[in-house]
Amino acid sequence: MSSTSAQSARTRTEPALVRWLLIIVALLFLGLFLFVPLAAVFAQALEKGWGAYLAAIREPDALAAVKLTLITAAISVPVNLVFGVVAAWAIAKFEFRGKQLLITLIDLPFSVSPVISGLIYVLLFGLQGWLGPWLQEHDLKIIFAVPGIALATVFVTFPFVARELIPLMEAQGKDEEEAAITLGASGFQTFWRVTIPNIKWGLLYGVILCNARAMGEFGAVSVVSGHIRGSTNTIPLHVEILYNEYNYAAAFAVASLLALLALVTLVAKSFVEWRMRENA
Amino acid sequence: MATKPIRRNTVIPGFGPTLGYTVFYLSLIVLLPLSALVVKTASLTWPEFLSTVAAPRVVASYKVTFGAALAAAGVNAIFGLLVAWVLVRYRLPGKRLIDALVDLPFALPTAVAGITLSSVYAANGWLGSVLEPRGIKVAFTPVGIFVAMTFIGLPFVVRTVQPVLEELEEEIEEAAACLGATRWQTFRRVLLPELLPALLTGFALAFARGVGEYGSIIFIAGNMPMVSEITPLLIITKLEQYDYAGATAIATVMLLFSFLMLLTVNLLQKWSRRHTA
Amino acid sequence: MKPIRTIATLAAALLALAAPLAAHAEVNLLNVSYDPTRELYQDYNAAFAKYWKGKGGDTVTVKQSHGGSGKQARAVIDGLEADVVTLALAYDIDEIGEKAKLIPANWQKRLPHNSSPYTSTIVFLVRRGNPKKVRDWNDLIRSDVKVITPNPKTSGGARWNYLAAWGYALKQKGGNEAKAKEFVTKLFKNVPVLDSGARGSTTTFVQRGQGDVLLAWENEAFLAVNELGKDKFQIVVPSVSILAEPPVTVVDKVVDRKGTRKVAEEYLKYLYTPAGQEIAAKHYYRPIDKKVAAKYAKVFPRVKLFTIDDTFGGWKAAQKKHFADGGVFDQIYGPGK
Repeated sequence: MSSTSAQSARTRTEPALVRWLLIIVALLFLGLFLFVPLAAVFAQALEKGWGAYLAAIREPDALAAVKLTLITAAISVPVNLVFGVVAAWAIAKFEFRGKQLLITLIDLPFSVSPVISGLIYVLLFGLQGWLGPWLQEHDLKIIFAVPGIALATVFVTFPFVARELIPLMEAQGKDEEEAAITLGASGFQTFWRVTIPNIKWGLLYGVILCNARAMGEFGAVSVVSGHIRGSTNTIPLHVEILYNEYNYAAAFAVASLLALLALVTLVAKSFVEWRMRENA
Repeated sequence: MATKPIRRNTVIPGFGPTLGYTVFYLSLIVLLPLSALVVKTASLTWPEFLSTVAAPRVVASYKVTFGAALAAAGVNAIFGLLVAWVLVRYRLPGKRLIDALVDLPFALPTAVAGITLSSVYAANGWLGSVLEPRGIKVAFTPVGIFVAMTFIGLPFVVRTVQPVLEELEEEIEEAAACLGATRWQTFRRVLLPELLPALLTGFALAFARGVGEYGSIIFIAGNMPMVSEITPLLIITKLEQYDYAGATAIATVMLLFSFLMLLTVNLLQKWSRRHTA
Repeated sequence: MKPIRTIATLAAALLALAAPLAAHAEVNLLNVSYDPTRELYQDYNAAFAKYWKGKGGDTVTVKQSHGGSGKQARAVIDGLEADVVTLALAYDIDEIGEKAKLIPANWQKRLPHNSSPYTSTIVFLVRRGNPKKVRDWNDLIRSDVKVITPNPKTSGGARWNYLAAWGYALKQKGGNEAKAKEFVTKLFKNVPVLDSGARGSTTTFVQRGQGDVLLAWENEAFLAVNELGKDKFQIVVPSVSILAEPPVTVVDKVVDRKGTRKVAEEYLKYLYTPAGQEIAAKHYYRPIDKKVAAKYAKVFPRVKLFTIDDTFGGWKAAQKKHFADGGVFDQIYGPGK
């Protein structure tokens, strides 16, 4: 066993020189486009010291924004997760006509400008829109209230889980599932025991990306929010307000809260790895 | 792998319900709201529509937007693959942290991303102060648009390629090596075809995202008409004049463009899968 | 099946979230305003709440919403329930009347001074010591001067900037429409960055170090100097500029439905009292009350001011001629510039 794994390690990697070259290029690229901008966020957030940083994120309006952002993510991530898994199953495990069209339609929300993603809900639910007058009569609020913010976020994050899973499940084929079914497993058993372990990373990345985008969405939410301070502002909108008040340090402090999501990613990945090892 | 037939009657259950639900949810969340866009656009007559969407400034903005998005998605495809490779295959200190940071361009509100990028790349910023004396102007030029789109699109490629790379079976590489293939040959002939569909997906998504992006770009683009004005900004401009129909007209054209582009990539992907199988 | 039940539960949760927003006990007003008034209304709201309580009224909480003037007007048109709107220009409020019929056409006649309780004007912000020696509008078309202004098509403040420059050129000896157009065209050739909003431009000028002159609202210029560095910037007042009148009004349909008309009207009237005027002046809006104006005369330099009605025939005409698609501003940036 040990000799084969040593051999496999050798055949699955590159000479040290190439390895280091690739690492350096990758880090350089990430540095230029990712690390430096992120460092700048923290540098500006802490410009006025820790005291100001903590004060900015403890302020009631900031906390209200955090709460609203968490509610929004708690609504949009689960619904899109369920959709993503279901859609990926239908698309990856079966052959049917118009499949590429369906995939493309699923991709579509990515290419819709955030401004438009907000605007379509205004056109539907706004006072001048299709359902607006009816909603007003019944005293229901969709846009410029929480439901509108949630809807816009669901739209914007719609494709994440599905698009993460489709290429992965297609690459894996369906032999394993077919074998399980043939051996007498039920559909759900097959899904839980065979498919889920195979797609764990894709599923995790999909959820993480979906969540990140749900929390960070600015454009679409900005259109449907109404910007009422302390009640319909999400974290990104609160950041904009602070920034427009020339309160740069506070703006970046609140923005940096979202960077803490990286920690969530770390923990989630470690947790999945640990679970997999336990189960193995 | 190579002989996998396309079986129409698979034993796997759940085709009806899953496809039904997919189409239902898709219609409810995406197609129905988007139809509002098309209906609003339809309130214009044909000549009105054409003069709106084919105005010289609008056409110039298509070129800037789609050009920058293509360039950014291309760069992301190459370097994103590299980053995913390094993160999955190599050991280096702080790898987990780097891995976690990859998602942040999504989490960071686009406005923050734009403000930060413009502060870093402006003449008095960390990188701008190095680049600008050497004649490379980034902030407030079309290059700035490219930088912003690269930033926001990066997670797409890395995160679509990464799981496929992680779940890749060791045997095929070993088999290739045993058969005497060099490492480069193994990569090109064995690994790349496996990764290509995911890579194309990542490219398409990064591209689509770049085309629609607004929040981060306006802070770094300079927004000069005919030069660095992006299409979503023109949509906003229409809205500022209370011209909803004009705004939706441009949006519809963008949507159509992106749809065709995405469809092409998805068909290409299907073709590449069949071709390598 | 399971996913369907999940969706149903979530849909119910969505509706449940919508419900509590409808009911409120104490008096809540929503003031939908434009960007530069944040600090002003923060102070004013507190002062008004105190005044109203002192008069035996209810506890009033005024919520604020700020954004670009046009975007805010659109939100009100599309159903944002503003009791009062306090926007950058009359055109945006006109649209609320026209598109959504929420206010009568004669709204601007209902309060004194065209419903504008305070005024402002357009001035120049330059770097300390005025290194480029910018004194007046004609310096802005010099080839060595770079000017920062937001885009008039997306920013209300920028429209005032543009019209101020146009008016200046028109009022020079031998000035006419053609010369004014030439002047404004030259001016915009010197603009390297067009931000979408006024505060974006301020940031570009102040934080990014772009340009030599920032065209800005007078109150914004004061605020920028005070907040971002007295040692770095100074204000230059041109020989002539435009009288900017940011108007206010109650939104009739909303206040009648919510039953808040009385408070909302008082809220706006209080702006005209000496106390209200004082707050406006403190935030560098020019007061219209003579006494308060005299008190703050030192702060506000005397400028010859022209109005939009006299020089441009009102907002509607100005908007159509200059800022609509294909208008003069678009011609400046036409293809083959």
